[in-house]
Amino acid sequence: MHQKSLLNRIVSWAGLIILIVIFIFPFYWMVATALKTRMQIVAIPPLFFFEPTFENFRGVFFTSSGLETNFKFFFKMSIIIASLSTFFSVLFGALAAYSVSRFKMKGKDDLMFFILSTRMLPAIATLVPLFLMYRALGLSDTVHGMVLLYTMFNLGFTVWMMKSFFDEIPIEYEEAALMDGYSRWEAFLKVVLPQSVTGLAASAVFSLIACWNEFVYGSILTTRYARTVPPAVAVRVGHEGYEWGKIAATAFMYVLPVLIFTFLVRKSLLRGLTFGAIKK
Amino acid sequence: MAKVELRNVVKRYGQTVAVDHVNLEIDDGEFLILLGPSGCGKTTTLRSIAGLEAVDEGEIVIDDVVVNNKRPSDRDMAFCFQQYALYPHLTAFENIAFPLRTQQMNNQEIDSRVTEVGRLLQIEDIFKRKPSKLSAGDQQRVALARAMVRQPKVYLMDEPLSNLDAQLRVDMRAELRRLQITNQITTVYVTHDQVEAMAMADRIAIMNLGVLQQVGTPDEVYTYPANLFVANFIGSPSMNFINCNFQASTHSLQIPTNSETLIFRLPDNIKQVSTGLHDGSELVLGIRPEDIDIHTEPVEEGIECSYILLEALGSENIHHTGHGELNMVVRTSPADTYSEGQSLWVSFEHDGIRLFDRNSGMAI
Repeated sequence: MHQKSLLNRIVSWAGLIILIVIFIFPFYWMVATALKTRMQIVAIPPLFFFEPTFENFRGVFFTSSGLETNFKFFFKMSIIIASLSTFFSVLFGALAAYSVSRFKMKGKDDLMFFILSTRMLPAIATLVPLFLMYRALGLSDTVHGMVLLYTMFNLGFTVWMMKSFFDEIPIEYEEAALMDGYSRWEAFLKVVLPQSVTGLAASAVFSLIACWNEFVYGSILTTRYARTVPPAVAVRVGHEGYEWGKIAATAFMYVLPVLIFTFLVRKSLLRGLTFGAIKK
Repeated sequence: MAKVELRNVVKRYGQTVAVDHVNLEIDDGEFLILLGPSGCGKTTTLRSIAGLEAVDEGEIVIDDVVVNNKRPSDRDMAFCFQQYALYPHLTAFENIAFPLRTQQMNNQEIDSRVTEVGRLLQIEDIFKRKPSKLSAGDQQRVALARAMVRQPKVYLMDEPLSNLDAQLRVDMRAELRRLQITNQITTVYVTHDQVEAMAMADRIAIMNLGVLQQVGTPDEVYTYPANLFVANFIGSPSMNFINCNFQASTHSLQIPTNSETLIFRLPDNIKQVSTGLHDGSELVLGIRPEDIDIHTEPVEEGIECSYILLEALGSENIHHTGHGELNMVVRTSPADTYSEGQSLWVSFEHDGIRLFDRNSGMAI
């Protein structure tokens, strides 16, 4: 019996290690590429041992002649657009979800389905009409245009996610607050919100990741003034063709904050993902 | 300090009528208990008074002001929930202070009010803990403290003691009653536990299927139940019910059993009451277990029974006796014991006899 469980553990550990290697390898290769010279990158057979160079990281922000590139600006745009969109989609998502969760309204299920349906089409399918609309409205390549788009894009998700969190909070708490002399708005702020911090955090992380990584809209609707890093890095072509080293270095710097952030809130995330699946 | 009135209150959930034309007046400073089996509409009635449910018909009146359209926060009532509903993110102290935080009150006064009520309920030592770290009894006290830290017009309590174990429940019952007598604040209290109702209430309002059955002092509803439901619901073991027919000529009751028909001559004190009855009226004779006497020798007006079973409860003995299909439960002091199968004669104490109309269920 004991031996079998030992064998079991060896097998499952082996399986886990293989999986981790498979998942980690691309990330490793990205880091390795960022640290290689151009010759080392294209070397065949691939090099696993080499002397690392930080030239590529410098190359992201400065040209060979020492001039600044636009990437500082692209990073700034990514941060501004992602955080603003996250803020708005969580704010509006929480309010909408609370209303749907607590109040009687006609066609509630249809409304929720409609909200969900905004997530059903892939970005590429809505791209052409959005492009035309944005051009007509003068929203193309503006920060507020992109924030508006990403907020709308994430709302469907945050509403559904926050609703499941609010549904789990017994209504008695609000009733108690109402009886204690608070208005419904105060009850929401002082009793419901503090209890749904986990839900807010989970929704925020998902929104943030979605905005941070968004590529399709960004690459078509922005050209210069609201361009974020993902579309910018994809067209990073120098006079020697694709500059893989600099692309990898950019990608590494771009992925790092999300990695750290996700790692920090992983418990909330897990709870958010499995919500409803586990009985309290 | 307030008088609460319910005028023809109706509350429906789809097809079901949860509260059916309830009329009720609760006096200033009174402790009224809404009693009934689960699903009888008592909690809905309470929530309607609180304003947590909107009524479909009728009026809720507090101090001669109709409050139907007033929000719960404007009705100045404190509600004690069955599941306590303590705010999980706040400490016990902050939970109790919560109702005061919305009022214009400085921290010093809040501190002293909370400490005062904490001392009263002996929960000062748990002030710093969150609700999840409290025992059921302590949670209960915190919930009560949160209600009592204000001086609202009305206290509304929804089975506040139902989650406590037996000993604590008895203690809290007395404590609550004592506090209510001291504070003289109008209280509406919901329970399905008749012992709780009998022990605490100034008056009891008994509900069944959304309909108010009877309102009266504990003594009144026990001694003079208005109908069969009340008679059956109040008292443990409950009243004995014997189906019978009225015979006008002899002023007696015919009690059919499997083989024969027993004749029970009604005592004189019932005479006036029974004048409205006509020959052959279908009745139910009700008699409380303590109003039946057991004799070991034949007695006049006695019904011969055989002894079936003894429940010795320590402070009293419950005897099950039967005459054919007619079963009677008798309560005596623990000194009386009989042997199984023994022949006995039971007689009814005249004051304890209650007659009900078998069809309408109403007391006669």
